[in-house]
Amino acid sequence: VENVRLLDRLSSRRAVVGTLYLTATHVIFVENGSETRKETWVLHSQISSIEKQATTATGCPLLIRCKNFQVIHLVIPQERDCHDVYISLIRLARPVKYEELYCFSFNPKLDKEEREQGWKLVDLNEEYNRMGVPNSYWQISDVNRDYGVCDSYPTEVYVPKSATAHIIVGSSKFRSRRRFPALSYYCKGNNASICRSSQPLSGFSARCLEDEQMLQAIRKANPGSDFIYVVDTRPKLNAMANRAAGKGYENEDNYSNIKFQFIGIENIHVMRNSLQKMLEVCELKSPSMSDFLWGLENSGWLKHIKAIMDAGIFIAKAVAEEGVSVLVHCSDGWDRTAQVCSVASLLLDPYYRTMKGFMVLIEKDWVSFGHKFNHRYGNLDGDPKEISPVIDQFIECVWQLMEQFPCAFEFNERFLIHIQHHIYSCQFGNFLCNSQKERRELKIKERTYSLWAHLWKNRADYLNPLYRSDHSQTQGTLHPQIAPCNFLYKFWSGMYNRFEKGLHPRQSVTDYLMAVKEETQQLEEELEVLQERLANLQKSQSGNNKVKTKQQDRSKQFGLYTSNNSLANTPQEYSSDLKSFPSRSPSQGDEDSALILTQDNLKSSDPDLSANSDQESGVEDLSCRSPSGGGCVPSEDSGKDSDEAVFLAG
Amino acid sequence: RFVGSLGTIVIKCKDLRIIQLDIPGMEECLNIASSIEALSTLDSVTLMYPFFYRPMFEVLEDGWSSFLLEQEFEHLSSVTNEWRLSCVNKDFSVCPSYPPVVIVPKSIDDEALRKVALFRYGGRFPVLSYYHKKNGMAMLRSSQPLTGTNGRRCKEDEKLINATLRSGRRGFVIDTRPLNVAQQARAKGGGFEQEVHYPQWRRIHKYIERFHILQESFIKLVEACNDQSHNMDRWLSKLEASNWLTHIKELLTAACLAAQCIDREGASVLVHGSEGTDSTLQVTSLAQIILDPRCRTIRGFEALVVREWLQAGHPFQQRCAQSAYSNSKQKWEAPVFLLFLECVWQIHRQFPCSFEFNEHFLILLFEHAYASQFGTFLGNNESERAKLKLPQKTMSLWSWVNRPEELSRFQNPIYEANSLVIWPSVAPQSLQLWEGIFLRWNRPSRFLEEAEEERINIIKYNKELQAKVNVLRRQLAEMETDGEVQEEE
Repeated sequence: VENVRLLDRLSSRRAVVGTLYLTATHVIFVENGSETRKETWVLHSQISSIEKQATTATGCPLLIRCKNFQVIHLVIPQERDCHDVYISLIRLARPVKYEELYCFSFNPKLDKEEREQGWKLVDLNEEYNRMGVPNSYWQISDVNRDYGVCDSYPTEVYVPKSATAHIIVGSSKFRSRRRFPALSYYCKGNNASICRSSQPLSGFSARCLEDEQMLQAIRKANPGSDFIYVVDTRPKLNAMANRAAGKGYENEDNYSNIKFQFIGIENIHVMRNSLQKMLEVCELKSPSMSDFLWGLENSGWLKHIKAIMDAGIFIAKAVAEEGVSVLVHCSDGWDRTAQVCSVASLLLDPYYRTMKGFMVLIEKDWVSFGHKFNHRYGNLDGDPKEISPVIDQFIECVWQLMEQFPCAFEFNERFLIHIQHHIYSCQFGNFLCNSQKERRELKIKERTYSLWAHLWKNRADYLNPLYRSDHSQTQGTLHPQIAPCNFLYKFWSGMYNRFEKGLHPRQSVTDYLMAVKEETQQLEEELEVLQERLANLQKSQSGNNKVKTKQQDRSKQFGLYTSNNSLANTPQEYSSDLKSFPSRSPSQGDEDSALILTQDNLKSSDPDLSANSDQESGVEDLSCRSPSGGGCVPSEDSGKDSDEAVFLAG
Repeated sequence: RFVGSLGTIVIKCKDLRIIQLDIPGMEECLNIASSIEALSTLDSVTLMYPFFYRPMFEVLEDGWSSFLLEQEFEHLSSVTNEWRLSCVNKDFSVCPSYPPVVIVPKSIDDEALRKVALFRYGGRFPVLSYYHKKNGMAMLRSSQPLTGTNGRRCKEDEKLINATLRSGRRGFVIDTRPLNVAQQARAKGGGFEQEVHYPQWRRIHKYIERFHILQESFIKLVEACNDQSHNMDRWLSKLEASNWLTHIKELLTAACLAAQCIDREGASVLVHGSEGTDSTLQVTSLAQIILDPRCRTIRGFEALVVREWLQAGHPFQQRCAQSAYSNSKQKWEAPVFLLFLECVWQIHRQFPCSFEFNEHFLILLFEHAYASQFGTFLGNNESERAKLKLPQKTMSLWSWVNRPEELSRFQNPIYEANSLVIWPSVAPQSLQLWEGIFLRWNRPSRFLEEAEEERINIIKYNKELQAKVNVLRRQLAEMETDGEVQEEE
């Protein structure tokens, strides 16, 4: 469709005209005119809602909201075209079969072997070995080898050695969806562990001997402690309501040596509404400070984030400081339980704060234990009531921790944002389906590619420059502050206003430091070469036997190095290795480059670069979005328009 | 400012710290408390610490004469000759709150200035605040005109500000009061520039909150920050109720507007409120941070504080007497300067590589504005400082801070000179609470300090390597030429 206008949220004057394309996998908007012909690509799977608004004199507005928090506002001249686009998008954004998803057509031009290698990058067997199991207390159980006991669990689970198959099966019959207690994290230092399950089917008075034995076995697997905590992550009221349906929570009287604890994290419906409310605040046009803060408070989002974090902190403390094992559950044990177990693991074990470790953590606590990615993130058309930002909240918890412990994580904010993006993108097979069983049936590993390999390949983009593996912050357990007066839980504009670059800091400390570090590495290499050459030269001069040809060789080499280095030395070149505009075809496996670029290039830390582009600093990002129209001189670009709109608004 | 009983003294400091001392013995405790009480509420300025402070360091450069307006004028003369230095106020008789010398348009003589001073509140006639080299536009500041209810006018005043306009161009008057307040001011003899008499000027009212409203907001915010509860909702609603960030947003918006008029509209700007000693200075100084890269260096920022706050007559002694824990209501107390510093911090956060100084430098200025061993922030204006003979009797903060060993603590490791105008975002999503001030004594700072250290180390190591490589390269080049010479022989 031609002559479509892409509106800017902040100012209607900064609309750009271009052509809209719908492909099998993407919505593509290409700007007219400007020499860059800027392109905007949106995957169908990212589309969360499409809204057709009332036709106006200028055309028919279409509002596309994306799951990665991008909002695209189009105006299509002809009502009929708009309707066609609307209908097509509704169909395209709601696939009914897995085979329709992008990952089955996405081909990054890797051969079979590379793809297989990619899937092997994260290996959970290796991970359990790293934790220190199997050992004399824990063993791998094959009761679930054909998903016979629990179809949402993995085939291989770790259980206490004293828990026989009889106990496990018995216990599984007493738990929702047969999700029996299994090991999530084992602390080598003191034998304490984190186990997870679903709620017991206790009703008002039912009990189950095998389940009681199961918990007993977990306690025995930690000889240093004479009790275990059972943490129910639901609000007490919700748990009690479940009793009426024959479910519920453990009765301390029936289980020997447990300490039972509620931690009130709200359910998926509350969280979905909370995010919805917060996004409405994000979408406000020039809100006042009060509107914003009031809306943020009213959404309850940060309160929920804090609740999840508090639960993680409680468990980490029990394991690390008290040496007590913990069994965590909620209702089904696949949402809040996954959040809480992974936050606790992250606090306890520095490995999970590395890039590789973080991938392993998501694979372990989320993917393998049957977090329902398909339902929660609406990959296939389904019940909208099943959708909820469960893993988004976990990712935000990690970000809040990164704010508090700037040196403790090997990865940076961009890593988290890209993982969030791909949980919804369906470009890689990792997060398809609702369980390991379904993924195996679909032969995901044979037919799609792994996100982890893709991220690993580009890991240089995701490094936190402040991380050093020998730094004190990277060691041991993290002890975050919990009161707001000690640590502020902040609104994460990098995520929820991700596509509104104008709101973000215009210079990125991370990118600047990464550039410096890269240069440092080059200098190190050069230093070594120079030293070697100097030594050689001194030797040869003192020996007074020079071979001329050899020297020429070296000179050539020297010339090469100096030119390399002079490149690195001039500040103009800091960003030279950044990918250039505009985004490439995703079929080349480079869709990310567009994402990275908008972050890297636009938040350029290099003032000289922006000087060359003859625009005022700080507005260069805005200007990229909309070459100014109307009577403005090009250099008097957008920054002015938007600023004016904002400043004069009052 | 103390609550003492049963051997416990709680000292609430102006830098927002709270110290609790447990002292054995009731009587001793009371004695100590009353001593502290008496010593912390001295009436006479000359009894204050700066008059007794003996520095333990060698003065390399006297800070009292580091930032003279004459130097600033010299700098200005190198780019334009449209301005002159006027000594009309040399004995503080024309305007008691102005410094002895000011910069005014060349075409306006001292006689005219005297007349204009009578037409402006407190004698604060329009003077040059900032000259934008890029396009020759000027920012002036003054106090409100005394038009009164009968619409008085002053030809010299009109001539003065028109002298800053290019022919055929318009200028903007940014009034930091809302229109109705400006109108009400007429009843008390004040007023605003009316279109009929200033046809070339467009007036924009940009409301900036003042005095007790700001002080109340400050007190509420500090209270919220000391709330030990773990309740997220309560925290956010208290933060919202304090309105502090609203004030920050308003102020930044007004400053951006002024900067935009100058840089983008190519227009001269006159800024004033009522007295021209508070919100006016906030706007003019912040606009310069945005427009002028010099103000983002350490020395340039010091010069800005001296020029636009100390010399311009911001009444520090009245505004920064008690800080947030004051029990008694102080009529003149207001965190005007702190708001300015926080706005600088907000811009700094958005452009972390464009400032030569770091957050600690801003915190330092906050501390010293409220309590200091140096005389710099004593008194309410230059006239009072001259009477107190501060330059002779006390030490300047700048004498201390500009010593290389002190300076290094305030340097931003990732600074890269940025010669451009920097436009901050004023959206609520872009503004954050200044934890470095408000959570300073509550939050554990270790991890953030470690991060800062790490940043410094990365840069330092890079520079060391660069130096080493350069030395080796030079050596190698020398040896090679030597070698060639030998060979030719």
